[in-house]
Amino acid sequence: MGLRRYLANKTIWYLGALVVAVVLNFLLPRLIPGNPVDVLVSKMGQGGLSSEAQQRTYEAFMREFGLDKPIWDQFVLYITGVFHGNFGASFSFYPTPVSSLSAQSVPYTLALQLPAIVLGWIIGNLLGAIAAYKGGGWDKSVFTTALLFNSTPYYCLSIILLYVFAVVLGIFPVGGAYSLGLSPEWSWEFFSDAVSYWWLPFLSLVLINIGGQAVGMRSMAIYELGSDYVNYSRSLGIGDRKMTGYIFRNAMLPQITGLALSIGTMVGGALITELVFSYPGMGTLLFGAISSNDYPVIQAVTLIITVAVLVANYMVEILYGFIDPRIRASKSGEK
Amino acid sequence: MTNIQSAAVTAEAGGPLVPEGLPTEPQKAKPAWRSLNFGPRMWISLGIIGAVAALAFIGPLFYPYGPDQKVGSLYDSPSAEHILGTENFGYDVLAVLMASARNSLIIGLLAGTIAVLIGVAIGILAGYIGGWVEEALMGFTNIVLAIPSIVILILISISLQSTNVAFLKGVVGLALVIGITAWPWTARAVRAQASSVATREHIDVAKLSGARTPSIMVRDVLPYLASYAVMAWVLQLASAILAESTLSMLGLGPSGANSLGKQLFWALAFQAVATGAWWAFLPPTIVLTMISFGLLYLQSSLDEVFNPRLRRGKKKNLAKAAARREETARKLAEQNQRVEVTA
Repeated sequence: MGLRRYLANKTIWYLGALVVAVVLNFLLPRLIPGNPVDVLVSKMGQGGLSSEAQQRTYEAFMREFGLDKPIWDQFVLYITGVFHGNFGASFSFYPTPVSSLSAQSVPYTLALQLPAIVLGWIIGNLLGAIAAYKGGGWDKSVFTTALLFNSTPYYCLSIILLYVFAVVLGIFPVGGAYSLGLSPEWSWEFFSDAVSYWWLPFLSLVLINIGGQAVGMRSMAIYELGSDYVNYSRSLGIGDRKMTGYIFRNAMLPQITGLALSIGTMVGGALITELVFSYPGMGTLLFGAISSNDYPVIQAVTLIITVAVLVANYMVEILYGFIDPRIRASKSGEK
Repeated sequence: MTNIQSAAVTAEAGGPLVPEGLPTEPQKAKPAWRSLNFGPRMWISLGIIGAVAALAFIGPLFYPYGPDQKVGSLYDSPSAEHILGTENFGYDVLAVLMASARNSLIIGLLAGTIAVLIGVAIGILAGYIGGWVEEALMGFTNIVLAIPSIVILILISISLQSTNVAFLKGVVGLALVIGITAWPWTARAVRAQASSVATREHIDVAKLSGARTPSIMVRDVLPYLASYAVMAWVLQLASAILAESTLSMLGLGPSGANSLGKQLFWALAFQAVATGAWWAFLPPTIVLTMISFGLLYLQSSLDEVFNPRLRRGKKKNLAKAAARREETARKLAEQNQRVEVTA
């Protein structure tokens, strides 16, 4: 009973968030006085285009992007387009469709972030639990290191790693995702080459994630260590090993919610990491689009990020519903 | 910056930070700060933050070069005259660093304060009043929380870039945008605690004595949340400064002003890392890390000050406790053996 209600509740909230996100994504760029096409055409004007030609380009673009229609029609057009995976054409790589630009970058971003998030979460939680349990010097050193990594901004660690390991020591390549002369394909040669480029950006993400999760897990486990059931079990003479198991399982639960919340921040930070390494993922695509006022691409990237984060969070929350026994047990379905 | 939010979750999940029961009056005139139990962590973090603040606000008074004075060419190496060399436009790196640190700190202070004010207001309203007000406010909060804030920041900043209102494009505008997008997790954590405070006895007493709801919220609920609000403010400060540098590195920084993120933006744009011009990118990187580490460390030491359960005993005491446990276990075992023997 409780579980079903929990799932329904979460589904409704996430659908609500999705609607709000899509509306914001559509509306915010349109709040600009004038419109993106103005900016684009005035840039062309600086390139020495005659005013008549400018006028024609302007009208063509307005029709192409549907900007001459009332805002409600534009919204319907936008939604239908999005559902068909059609984000329109890029301004700066006209007429390349935005969807093919983002299809090229999504795999790189996923290859960096998925392992960094999952591994970082697992290793971080183990370290945090051990630090809390052992206490003393272990705790102090693990906690301070974890806090240092946790509070280092992604891009700061990226810059330092890039400078030390690629520029000074020359162990890793300096930037990009694969060597010049190779092209992305399913071959061993390309794969092994790409991995050597993948290490540094991956490390800069995973180290920080480990730090963050360890800090959170440590303080959760310390809370648990001081709780009544622990003291009671200890007074019963239950062994340390068994106690760690109990503590770990109880401290894990809030960490799962923590994971859901931090995915959004991680994704934002990782965008800049890609920039630092000129890794051709969504971050670099977004950066290029912002500097060339390529609104269709900006909108597509922000929408893809939002949807990905919402889906990831939703899945984590659903998982939580299955793991937390209190949700299954509760009849009323209260939070 | 990762887990500023998960730190908040930890605080939220850990139950009310405020002590249960009414605070007892201190017995004798022991100065208040003595009972705060400042650990070495607190002093270290305050020292780091103080150093950055001194660099930002006092440094420019003594440094002979200004951030808008062209003193050299592209990436001149550090010399006796220019301690950190020059950056891509030929400005003195240290002078620019001071101006950047100052702007970043100002953005952080403004945005962090705005975010905490909104978050605490919404959290107390929702937590104390309850009912449909709570449902509506928390529903809104949860939706905003689910959407990655960086996306909203990017979209709003892009819109602001093409406005004609000058102040919206600069430092203040950026701080406003960051502040009004950063409050949700503070609101959520404050609500959790406000609703636990709302059930305390002293609230009933206040109601019986005829206090109005706004006055109860400000005088009887808010003080119990003050310690959390201070910690949230410290976290918001850090996350606002990092949000600023993220936006600046994407090319959406304050126009016409220096900031730590913009310094990194230009360093990356002019290939400082690949060409080995460390003086152009390491100083802002280090200052950003110092700010972020200092503030998070301050938050965690404040957490220990306000929240005695987190305070770990000294190693000596831990060892003693372990020895005591072993001793009892041994005695129990002996007893059992004796029982077995007699049986």
